[in-house]
Amino acid sequence: MRWMGLVVLLLPLLAHAWSERDENRWRALNEELRCLVCQNQSIAESAAPLAEDLRAQTRQMIASGKTDNEIRQYMTARYGDFVLYRPPFKPTTWLLWLGPVLMLLLGFGLVWRVRRGEAVSPAVPAQQQTHADVERLLKDIDDD
Amino acid sequence: MKRLFVAVPLLILLALTVVLGRGLSLDPREVDSPLIGKPVPAFTLPLLGGDRLVSEDLFVGRVSLFNVWASWCVACRAEHGILNALSQQPGMHIIGLNYKDERQDAERWLEERGNPYTASLRDYDGRVGIDWGVYGVPETFVIDRHGVIRAKRIGPLTWDYVNETLMPLLQQLRAES
Repeated sequence: MRWMGLVVLLLPLLAHAWSERDENRWRALNEELRCLVCQNQSIAESAAPLAEDLRAQTRQMIASGKTDNEIRQYMTARYGDFVLYRPPFKPTTWLLWLGPVLMLLLGFGLVWRVRRGEAVSPAVPAQQQTHADVERLLKDIDDD
Repeated sequence: MKRLFVAVPLLILLALTVVLGRGLSLDPREVDSPLIGKPVPAFTLPLLGGDRLVSEDLFVGRVSLFNVWASWCVACRAEHGILNALSQQPGMHIIGLNYKDERQDAERWLEERGNPYTASLRDYDGRVGIDWGVYGVPETFVIDRHGVIRAKRIGPLTWDYVNETLMPLLQQLRAES
């Protein structure tokens, strides 16, 4: 009969068995949540007591069957978007997300314009230019 | 063409200067709380100096300050005198959240330095602190008489903040029906 008691004691553990998949989700989630105490660290890296508490919180929420999105929502409801290392795409973050693409397009645009300019007015052949320059320089010297 | 070459990088430089220059004058520790404009998070916590449980109903019916403090918090020492002075003013209702502390340390702290709080709640596992988005003790929330969070101060109170921001806000909230 004693083993029956043991089984009953272990049942809750089975119900919330912490699988390897849970562990990976937990680690990945902690990596993308910012610790607000040491702002350049995720809660996975930070040793701050708050990060410890938040790791415990995410672990418990995964164990109780919450999805990653529900956990992210839980965090942003309390700490704001700042807690997410991967901020959502919305009007205030448009520049953040699209900025690099804009800069790239601007760069392409500039390169394109410069090359088109070259095609329209080919540079004066170097030889001629030098020749004319030398003549002018000699003339200048003569004038002096 | 040449003008574009000069103008575009110059404009980019100018825009960056403005944006980064503004960044210099901002405090990165002050993160806007998403809780402003929302009702206070629900909680049930025991009071310091007893075992009576209280809930968020504590905030209904009067304008309150909610101050997160701990005996281990060095910056709390700096603002404690201000809290004591504020608590002398008529109509001031200051609730404390004694955050991740130990009961004896907290009680000794209040005995030694004076107790500005109408009541202090014991949040020793920090769960309620998480619900309030607490990340840097001390923090002070301003709550209107309907139990809605109207402002949050991160870091110790200063007289400048009290005189220029807090008192006018409290006056405005008290005038609201």
